[in-house]
Amino acid sequence: MSGADLGLVAMVVLLGVPAGAALLLVLVSDYRRGARLNVGAALLCLLAAVTLFQARPEANLYLRVDDFNIYLIALNNWVSFTTSVFSAGYIAHELETGRLTPAYLRFYHAMYQALLFAMNLALLANNIGLLWVAIELATLVTVLMVGLYRTHAALEAAWKYFILGSLGIALALFGTILVYLAAQPVIGQGLPAMAWDRLIARADAFDPALLNLAFVFLLLGYGTKAGLVPLHAWLPDAHAEGPTPISAVLSGLLLNVALYAVLRFKMLMSANPSALAPGPLMVILGLLSLLFAGLMLYRRGDIKRLFAYSSIEHMGIITFAFGMGGPLANFAGLLHMTLHSLTKSAIFFTVGHISQVKGTQRISTIRGLTVTHPTLGWGLVAGAIAIAGMPPFGVFMSEFLVVSSTFARQPLLALPLVVGLLLAFGTLLWRLHGVAFGQPDRAAFVPVRASTLPVTVHLTLVLVAGFWLPEPLVAWFRHVAALLG
Amino acid sequence: MHGLAFDIAHFLAGGMVVASFLLLYQDRLYALIHVFALHSLVLALAVGWQAAVQGAHHLYITAGIALVFKAIVIPVALHRIVRRLGIHRTLETVGGVGRDMLAGTGLVALAILVMLPVTTAADALAREDLAFALAVVLLGLLLMVTRRNAVSLVIGFMSLENGLVLAAAGARGMPLAVEISVAFSVLIAMIVIGIFLFRIRERFDSVDMQAMDTFREERRR
Repeated sequence: MSGADLGLVAMVVLLGVPAGAALLLVLVSDYRRGARLNVGAALLCLLAAVTLFQARPEANLYLRVDDFNIYLIALNNWVSFTTSVFSAGYIAHELETGRLTPAYLRFYHAMYQALLFAMNLALLANNIGLLWVAIELATLVTVLMVGLYRTHAALEAAWKYFILGSLGIALALFGTILVYLAAQPVIGQGLPAMAWDRLIARADAFDPALLNLAFVFLLLGYGTKAGLVPLHAWLPDAHAEGPTPISAVLSGLLLNVALYAVLRFKMLMSANPSALAPGPLMVILGLLSLLFAGLMLYRRGDIKRLFAYSSIEHMGIITFAFGMGGPLANFAGLLHMTLHSLTKSAIFFTVGHISQVKGTQRISTIRGLTVTHPTLGWGLVAGAIAIAGMPPFGVFMSEFLVVSSTFARQPLLALPLVVGLLLAFGTLLWRLHGVAFGQPDRAAFVPVRASTLPVTVHLTLVLVAGFWLPEPLVAWFRHVAALLG
Repeated sequence: MHGLAFDIAHFLAGGMVVASFLLLYQDRLYALIHVFALHSLVLALAVGWQAAVQGAHHLYITAGIALVFKAIVIPVALHRIVRRLGIHRTLETVGGVGRDMLAGTGLVALAILVMLPVTTAADALAREDLAFALAVVLLGLLLMVTRRNAVSLVIGFMSLENGLVLAAAGARGMPLAVEISVAFSVLIAMIVIGIFLFRIRERFDSVDMQAMDTFREERRR
């Protein structure tokens, strides 16, 4: 079998396995078997994603694997695999406490695979229309997942997410149509005028005014999905009320996918010399998100909501970095994207177990975890230190790169950036101090029975990244940073 | 583009903007639903006309979806919801109808001022269609932010979506137009089912952030 054929098979697996597993899982009534199948399907996808590095399929008008998306596909399938492992332990507990019934679990597993399918499709898409459809599908699926618990608050969160998400999707579609209109006189009618590789090749000839308008719509539209302020309102609720594995996937992956869509269009803009520079818009949105989230972290009472705001903060940092542009800032943005995914999903795994053993998500009632549940407590401490951007974890390095590259080029912009980072850093650690080291309450002790492997593996990766990045990864980051312009 | 074909397309697209204005000043839910059915009917005609003019047969499917799904099925379903939930009262708006109409007029002017200069390269039909489509989208947004009731919120969203379908149909030879309208229909069907199943009525029914904020942290304390 030649390389391109193997790559094609891998691509088919990436899309076909989750789609097929979603259908199959609807039929599996035993939740244990369902969970195992879920893990198995995610593992297959991960293997297929790794295969893509060896054998890259040829691009067609719909799908394409290139230097930019290949690592995101690998990251996406890695985190969804570890999350499926975490989810298997998590849902068993939810079933015992009666928060979920077996029928809902069937639905949950099917939706998990459908989400995986939608995200893989969005990342693989070479067609901006297909990209839109995939992100729309991902939105729909996550709305259903967020409302899974059927409590008042969960339904409310799902409804709010639905309305704001749909609005974002609608704006993004208008932007997509405008890009097509800009491309159509140059490339001609039909599918090629929506294929990304054709677009980027001819972008310099597009009408700049149309592209500018399109980018504003696309940035607002997909920016809503990436949780950028002022369109972030759905994000904290959706994270807090949905099942924790979904919070992990939302924060770690779906936000990345939405940002990936924005970046694709940013590349189009950069390829056209007379179009508006997309950087400043992204810098402004990024800074706003960072500062706003930093302030909002201060008064959060719900631990999942706290980390949801932290996700907004980090999305802000990443958007800021890509907005600054240039090899160094883009490098930092890509690195931060990867490390944030790994760290945040690890944190949500820990938080999921914590809220299960404590029976609450309220910060004020979770006290002294390092004493009562050392594994969870220290896991949370490590995660919090990592996400707050302290050495020796890798997030420190990527944040440091963002700050230093900003200082070198725009010292004035570095000021609000540093203020935002310090604000988030201080409030996050202050809020979590009591959770980890406070006086433990004397409530009944519930042991943790779930595997801590996913958390450990993720945090170890982030820790290692703080000291050493493998050479091929650095080379890839450099290469893509140059592509992003 | 021949004179008559262009005029009819222009007339139908303009008709959608007028229907959007009609939506803005309805103060009864039933009336709002009826006007929305009209909105979708005009959309179906506009898309059907584009299909005929461009010779793009797949657009007939989009027009058919608009006609059957959005002009008939959805309004009937919404009618049932309103009757079941007993919410057929006068609607409250945030600012008052007069202000909404003024804002709407401003938005239409904005849409035309924004779209016409940037689309000088496109053909006349696509240009005008796009300007009208953006106007419909903006009016839909206005409707969404000024209403507090779940049903009118959904109608605002659907009218916005009608504007997008108009834009997609106007963009000559745009691929995936059918798939996109199907994807949107699924989305809308889900929203409507959502309202129906979860009895979303008055309390959590808007994107009004104040209303949403009430439950955020305090309720669980």
